[in-house]
Amino acid sequence: MASVTLTQSRPMRRNRKDWRGWGFVGPFMIVFLAVLVAPVVYAIVLTLFRQQLVGGSGFVGLENYALLFQDPKFWESLFRVTLFLVVQVPIMLILSLLAALAIDSARLHGTGFFRIAIFLPYAVPGVVAALIWGFIYGNQFGLTGSINDLLGADILQPFSSDWILASIGNIVTWEFMGYNMLIFYAALKVIPADLYEAAEIDGAGQFRIISGIKLPALRGSIVIATIFSIIGSFQLFNEPNLLKALAPNVISSYFTPNMYAYNLSFAGQQFNYSATVAIVMGIITAVIAYIVQLRGSRQEVR
Amino acid sequence: MSAIATPEPAAGAAQARKPRKRVPYVRQQKPTEGRRVKKSILLTIVMAIFVIYSVVPLIWLIVNATKDQGDLFSSFGLWFGSDFNLFQNIADTLTYRNGIFVQWFGNTLLYVVVGAGGATLLATLAGYGLAKFNFPGRRAVFAVVLGAVAVPGTALAVPTFLMFSQLGLTNTPWAVILPSLISPFGLYLIWTYAVDAVPTEILEAARMDGASEFRTFFTISLRLLSPGIVTVLLFAVVATWNNYFLPLIMLSEPTWYPLTVGLSQWSSQATGVAAQPIYNLVITGALLTIVPIVVAFLFLQRYWQSGLSAGSVKQ
Repeated sequence: MASVTLTQSRPMRRNRKDWRGWGFVGPFMIVFLAVLVAPVVYAIVLTLFRQQLVGGSGFVGLENYALLFQDPKFWESLFRVTLFLVVQVPIMLILSLLAALAIDSARLHGTGFFRIAIFLPYAVPGVVAALIWGFIYGNQFGLTGSINDLLGADILQPFSSDWILASIGNIVTWEFMGYNMLIFYAALKVIPADLYEAAEIDGAGQFRIISGIKLPALRGSIVIATIFSIIGSFQLFNEPNLLKALAPNVISSYFTPNMYAYNLSFAGQQFNYSATVAIVMGIITAVIAYIVQLRGSRQEVR
Repeated sequence: MSAIATPEPAAGAAQARKPRKRVPYVRQQKPTEGRRVKKSILLTIVMAIFVIYSVVPLIWLIVNATKDQGDLFSSFGLWFGSDFNLFQNIADTLTYRNGIFVQWFGNTLLYVVVGAGGATLLATLAGYGLAKFNFPGRRAVFAVVLGAVAVPGTALAVPTFLMFSQLGLTNTPWAVILPSLISPFGLYLIWTYAVDAVPTEILEAARMDGASEFRTFFTISLRLLSPGIVTVLLFAVVATWNNYFLPLIMLSEPTWYPLTVGLSQWSSQATGVAAQPIYNLVITGALLTIVPIVVAFLFLQRYWQSGLSAGSVKQ
């Protein structure tokens, strides 16, 4: 996707070395190295050491990694976010896609209103979203209590261990559905009008246009939205960490890998082990994101 | 729509298949808008459900920000209580504990102005440099930055904390500002935008006239890039305004908290063991936190929506 533009935009003068571009790129790269590359390198170094009972930290090689791979808490949290990913991401992206197609179809009354209203939750901080939904889920003055009263039984129990993952999934879907819708909608908007005219001449119906023109045009943005959603799922932290106060017995300190890393650092002072969790999760995320992108672009070639 | 000046206006249908000059996306009409499409009531109703799902929690927040502690527990969630307490709640929120909320608000503003502003500046300069210059190491810069898009901020938070604590930077505003200065996505967006928005001919002409590269950038290119810049700025503002994980681990002193961390602290104070019920303050504080950002999005709609579609051209 992007490499095409790289060659296209490859500008002028190749004959002599031209360093002027660094004047523009340099500042970014300096900060980039300082706040992005350096912490990763430092964390990798940390994973190779362990805090000893006496005399600071000692070099232990890959022992922290070996320990992590045998750690049931880590696997449990990884399994949980994977389950979350497999269920929540498709639901959210399909809803976003439907909304984008509906708004692009020009068959709605008041398109602009729908677009901005559905997008609005994205502007709400994750913390505030989790707080609002936490209150709504609550039995005391939320809507759950009212609905259960109406039904005459405690049907909805957002904080029970069976429901909690779905409750979190709902919050995340609510936050990002409109954002993804906008990404899809932006891609739909740039489809050249010629294609629609040609399809009309061929007598293609709405659904044929969607499957033949719109969905292929959306592939790139679907890949990007999927990658961002995968990253978001693996990094899940804000919502469960805030709901923990409301459901302390259901959400453990290792509910997600990120919560595990956080609690290892700040409750357990096990910095080396915590860095190991962060690095391993970073690698897993990057590998999966890479695979998704590879698959996405391979289909494009076909 | 002068860009599609068609030579034979009567050609009609046959012309649709002819290759013709692409209309620049900014001016391009929405494909279906020109033709008469029948509005669908059913589709509108389905989408209304989407809207209800999206706005009900926000309505809940507004309604409940008008209730006092007693009404919160005794009245129905989506309707007003017996008293209208919004202004009292706002006053209480702003003055609770000597106005700590106002201080958090100021901290958030500081992090947003310096962090998001700096991130936009750096991303704009670098995106422009990548789009318009060929320099040694350009491909490497590109590969590294694209790789970094896949590394999420939260994965870096704990390592960054460990490094910053070695450097003694934790518990200072820098701990929050520095990491938010980098926006790989913003760089990517500006870069794709600059390729088309800033014609190379103009730059060549300016060079002929002897203008320095930075002068050209600030007098000509910056203006051409402005829709892309507004988009990047807006999303950087949202990212820093909503930042929670990073300040949560970096800051231990409540006087440096941004709104998000402060609110979550109030919330756990309300639900904790030795609970001090300040639910009304949490709810009103949450409302005050989202108002500025929602207003910004509504007023700048035109800019960021065009900037976003420009970015997606390249996908």
